[in-house]
Amino acid sequence: MVMKSPISSLLGKSPFKPMQKHMQVVTDCAHLLPGLFEALCEKNFARINTVKDEIFAKEHEADEIKFDLQIHLPKSLLMPVARGDLIKLLSQQDLIAGVCQDIAGLLVQREMPVPDSMKDPLLTLVGQCVEACDKGLEIINHLDELVETGFRGRETERVEKLVSELNEIESKTDILAIDLAKILFEHEDEMKPVTVMFWYQLIQWIGRVADEAERVGNRLHLMMAR
Amino acid sequence: MEIISQHGTVLIVIAVLFGLYMTWGIGANDVANVMGTSVGSGAITIKTAIIIAAIFEFGGAALAGGHVTKTIRKGIIDPSGIADNPEILVFGMLAALLAAAIWLMVASNRGWPVSTTHSIVGALVGFAMAGIGFDAVKWGKIGQIAASWVVSPVLGGVIAVILMLSIRHLILNTDNPFKSAKRWGPVYVFLVGFIMALVTIFKGLKHLNLEFSGPMSFLLAAIFGVIIAAIGWVMINKVQVNEDADKEFHFASVEKVFTPMMIFTACSMAFAHGANDVANGVGPLAAVYGLIQSGGELAQKSEMPLWILVLGGGGIVLGLVTYGYKVMQTIGTKITELTPSRGFCATMAAAITVVLASRLGLPVSTTHIAVGGVIGVGLARGIGAIDLRVIGGIIVSWVVTLPVGGILAALIFFTLKGIFT
Repeated sequence: MVMKSPISSLLGKSPFKPMQKHMQVVTDCAHLLPGLFEALCEKNFARINTVKDEIFAKEHEADEIKFDLQIHLPKSLLMPVARGDLIKLLSQQDLIAGVCQDIAGLLVQREMPVPDSMKDPLLTLVGQCVEACDKGLEIINHLDELVETGFRGRETERVEKLVSELNEIESKTDILAIDLAKILFEHEDEMKPVTVMFWYQLIQWIGRVADEAERVGNRLHLMMAR
Repeated sequence: MEIISQHGTVLIVIAVLFGLYMTWGIGANDVANVMGTSVGSGAITIKTAIIIAAIFEFGGAALAGGHVTKTIRKGIIDPSGIADNPEILVFGMLAALLAAAIWLMVASNRGWPVSTTHSIVGALVGFAMAGIGFDAVKWGKIGQIAASWVVSPVLGGVIAVILMLSIRHLILNTDNPFKSAKRWGPVYVFLVGFIMALVTIFKGLKHLNLEFSGPMSFLLAAIFGVIIAAIGWVMINKVQVNEDADKEFHFASVEKVFTPMMIFTACSMAFAHGANDVANGVGPLAAVYGLIQSGGELAQKSEMPLWILVLGGGGIVLGLVTYGYKVMQTIGTKITELTPSRGFCATMAAAITVVLASRLGLPVSTTHIAVGGVIGVGLARGIGAIDLRVIGGIIVSWVVTLPVGGILAALIFFTLKGIFT
C-alpha cells in the first residue's frame, strides 16, 4: 500500500515532448521521399518497394504517437495552449506523413516512366519539400522553449522568423512545381495520356508535402498570437 | 472534578500518545505534498528532502507553531456550558485527536487527498456539538477558518502567478536569460528569507520570551534575508552553462540556476508546514494538559508549554522518516514536467501563504495551498499539463472529511466517557 500525493496526480503528462517526437517521425518519413524518387528514376522497383514499406512504417509510427497523445489529453487538462489548437496542430503534422504515404502508394501501384529531362527538376522539387519539413520540425522543436517563456517575448520572435523562412521555402517549391509541370507538358505527346494525368497529380502531391509543412508553422504561429 | 484529579496522569499519558499518533500521521501524510514540488522538479533528492523536512518541520513547529495551536486549543470550542464538568472537554479533545488520526490513516491509505487540518477541525466540531451542544461551537471562528480554506489556496495561486510572471519578465524573456537568472536569483532568495523571517519574528516569538518591535523585526528579517541571499549567491555562482544541454533545450542552463534556489523554498515550505500543522496534533494535547494542570479550570491563561510543540515537531519528523519517504518516492520518479523555475514559484508561493496563515492563527491545509501554487503556475501558462480532476477530489474530501471526522469524534467521545465514568 502506497499513498499517492495529490501533487503528483495534479501534474499530468506534458503533451509537448510527444508533439515534438511526432513531428520528428513525420519529418523522417518525408526524408524517405528523395530515395523513393531516385529509385523511380533508376527504375529500381525493388527499391521503390522497400522505401514504400519504410514510409508506411514511419506513417504508422506517427499514428501511434498521435493516438497515444490524444488519449492523454482529457478535457480536464489545464495547458498553456488551448486543447483544440493542440489537437489541430497534431492533425496538421500528421497530414505530412499522410501525403508521403499517398505518393509512395501511387508509385507502387502504377509504373510511372520518368522522361530524362524531368529527373533533375523532380529531385530538386522533392529535396526542397523535404527542406520545408525540416524547417517545420525546427519550429516544432521550439515548443518546449515557448512553454518555458509562456508563448511570449523573444522566443516568439525567433519562432516567427523560422515561420517566415518556412513560407519562403514553400514559395520556392511552388515555382519548382510549376516548372516541373511545364516540362511534363512539353513531353505530353510522347507519353500515355493517363501517365501525364498521374504525373500532374503526383507533382501536386509532392508540392503538398511542403504545403502541409507550411501549415504546421502557420498553426503554431496562430497559437502564439492568441 | 474528581475524574481529573483521580486520573490526571493517565489522561495526560493518553493525550501524549494520541498527540504523537496524530503528528506522526501528519508527518507521514503531508510530507510528500510539502516537499513534492521540490523533489518533483529534480531540485533535491528524496534523501535531502527528508533531512530538510526533519530540521525545518521541527523548527517551524517549535518556533512558530504556537499561534495555530492556540486556535485549535481554545478558539473552536466554547466550554463555558460545562464549567462543572471539565472532564468532558478532556474526553472530547482526546476523542477529536483519535478520530482525526484514524480518519487520516484510512483516507490516506485510499489515496484521498484529505487535509489533516480539516480532519481535526471536523472532529472538534463534531465532539462539541454531540458532547456539549450546538452553541458550544464558536461558529464565527469556524466561519473564518472555513473561509481561509477557500482563500488560502487561491492566494497561493495568485502569488504563484505573480512570481511566474516576474521571473518571465526579469529572467526568461531577456537577451541573456542565464545572466539575468544569476543576477536576480539572489534577490528572490532574499525575498524568501525576508518574508519567512519577518512573519515569524514579528510579535511571533513570545513563547521564547523574545519580543521585537516593528522596525526591529524588519531590520532583523532584512539581515536574515541578506545572509540567506549571500549563501544563495555563492551557490548560484557555481552553476555553469551547459552548452550540450542548451542545444536540446535552450533554457536548460537557466533552469539549473533555480536548482540551488529551490533548496531555500523547500526549507521554507517545511518550516511553514511545521508551524501550521503541528497544531492539529498538539492543540488538543495542550488543551488537555492545561486543564489537568489547572485542576479543571476552564479559563486557561497559561502559555503554551514549549515541550508540547517540541513533542509535536518530533512526532512529525518521526512520521516523515518512518513513512513519509515512501509517499515521496511515488513523486520523485513521476514528475518530470515541473522544471525548477516552476517548482520554485509554486513552492515559494505556498510557503509564503502557509506561514502567513500560521501567523494569523488560521489552521489551513498545506496540501491544498501547494496544489493552489501549482495551478497558479499553470494559469500563468507555465506547465505543460495540469490535471484539474484533482480539484474535484479535494472538494469531495472536503465535504466528506468534516462530517466523518465529526461523527467519529462523537462516537469515541461517548466511548471514553463511558470508560471513565
